[in-house]
Amino acid sequence: MTDTHSPMLSSQTVKKATRDGFGETLVELAKNDTKIVALTADLTSSVRMQAFAETFPDRFFTVGIAEQNMIGIAAGLAMSGFTPFAATYGVFMGRAWDQIRVSVCLNNLNVKLIGTHAGVSVGADGGTAQALEDIAMLRALPNLTIICPADYEETKKAVRAAAQMRGPVYIRLSREESPILTQSHMPFEIGKAQILRQGQDVTIIGCGPLLDEALRAAAFLEKEGISAEVINCHTIKPIDRDTLVASARKTRCVVTVENHQIRGGLGGAVAETLAQRFPVPIEMIGVHDSFGQSGTAEELLQAYELTAPFIVKAVEYVMKRKHSSLFPAVD
Amino acid sequence: MPAKTSFDQLVATAKDIRKDIIEMLFTAGSGHSAGSLGMADVFTALYFSVLSHQPDNPWWEDRDRLLVSNGHICPVWYATLARASYFAHEELFTLRKFGSRLQGHPVMHELPGIENTSGSLGQGISQAVGVALAAKLQHKTYHTFCIMGDGEQDEGEVWEAYSFAAAHTLTNLTVIMDRNMIQSEGYTEHILPLEPLRSKLYAFGWDVMEVDGHDIPQLIHVLREAKSAYLRPTVVIAHTIPGKGVDFMEGKYDWHAQPPRTVEEARTALNDLQTLQGKIDHD
Repeated sequence: MTDTHSPMLSSQTVKKATRDGFGETLVELAKNDTKIVALTADLTSSVRMQAFAETFPDRFFTVGIAEQNMIGIAAGLAMSGFTPFAATYGVFMGRAWDQIRVSVCLNNLNVKLIGTHAGVSVGADGGTAQALEDIAMLRALPNLTIICPADYEETKKAVRAAAQMRGPVYIRLSREESPILTQSHMPFEIGKAQILRQGQDVTIIGCGPLLDEALRAAAFLEKEGISAEVINCHTIKPIDRDTLVASARKTRCVVTVENHQIRGGLGGAVAETLAQRFPVPIEMIGVHDSFGQSGTAEELLQAYELTAPFIVKAVEYVMKRKHSSLFPAVD
Repeated sequence: MPAKTSFDQLVATAKDIRKDIIEMLFTAGSGHSAGSLGMADVFTALYFSVLSHQPDNPWWEDRDRLLVSNGHICPVWYATLARASYFAHEELFTLRKFGSRLQGHPVMHELPGIENTSGSLGQGISQAVGVALAAKLQHKTYHTFCIMGDGEQDEGEVWEAYSFAAAHTLTNLTVIMDRNMIQSEGYTEHILPLEPLRSKLYAFGWDVMEVDGHDIPQLIHVLREAKSAYLRPTVVIAHTIPGKGVDFMEGKYDWHAQPPRTVEEARTALNDLQTLQGKIDHD
């Protein structure tokens, strides 16, 4: 059922930003598909649409600082047969949430939403700029597919897959460079989670570049004699119930890892799935009901307890919970 | 331009649409009377004269597009489409009922001729800008009309859309604004004054025309002129009377989101429409 791959830990010296994978792929796709148009709200370079703008000036629209109008225009273009990619910071999806709901999702229009600068690792720009609620606010919307690619390579595949499917898609991307964990030949299918590393004792389910921390944690745990399965849950909606349940059935405990609020994010989505299908103890690595702040990406990932050592601690604790009901869940 | 007798026929069609609206809203037991009645003449002018369209081929790719941004006036849209033979007249009376294609606010493609979804105000104009932009990209010559409410101008998104349309010289886009001076809980000029509306719109890069929204020959003339604009996008401010044709509703904001509530009210309304308060008598 599920494709299994060994993690590419050896090649982790290569770092690239997921947003770059988007910008490059968009240009490639648009060369063969004249229906692709691109819109942004005064953030052309930040969302990596510069190359598209230069290559296809007639199909590129920077709408000014006006996210609501951008989403509405994208809907109108999709109503007329185009495939619009509308990009801005993930935080600003909230400014246009009602337009995403009524103009795009309710009509199941073929609009691709690109949200960059996800997570506390945005860094110096601080709490207002760090998208920590985008998955939560968009996950409630019918018809919308949500993808958070693990790295640059997977982003390229996700953008292609999004362009090929009909219907609205949100792709969550990061500002900072991150290790390339996957390989270009690895298959990618929307809605199909990937087991990056097989294990028996615990399941670590992550999305986005933090999967690098999850893999580091798994490598460390292996030395301690704990066999951790690491799942790349790149599609958050629709979530891959079969893969998650099968792994939970095997390991009987789960740790989720995300650069987002745990409430309503990947942690929430995994908890909803497992609570209904196969309840097991879950610990959640993510932002716990607080806003971000300025700092370097490294400082912030550390401060918000999103790095490998915290994942290791969560694994050790969730395994105690698996074996004894005396250990309460950590909120 | 249609001949005099044709104008008379259009006036009669508008009257029939108003009667449909009263019967639909009374049957539904809820809905928006004032704006629906007020816009019957505009919709008649559009669907029976101005728009290039094919009711038996509703998604004809070169049709003029009509998007409604103030979706709560959809009873007039539904009634006009039925009168123009887009779908069966009897379906009108399923308005707002479970399983009906005529939802309380319109949903794109649920019915032939329903181009867009609206109900959350301010969004239809951005959609219309996208549709007009698409026409330019595809070198299509169809025209895009967008019906908006005046109260809807309170929404900030509307002004984002106006700025973009002007910046991109979308001369293939015309807004028809229902200037009936009311919104849900009062008069527009009491709640958030829109005036000087004409100069605001002009300053945003649009050409502005004003018309008596109940004068069908004038409406046809002005809308055709707007269709041939070549310098700026055009907004046609249609001055209307909310609740037009029903004496006890005319000019009163209380009827914005009210249907005729009793059989008596519905009968009185239909009787008013039959004679158009004695001002016109066609039958």
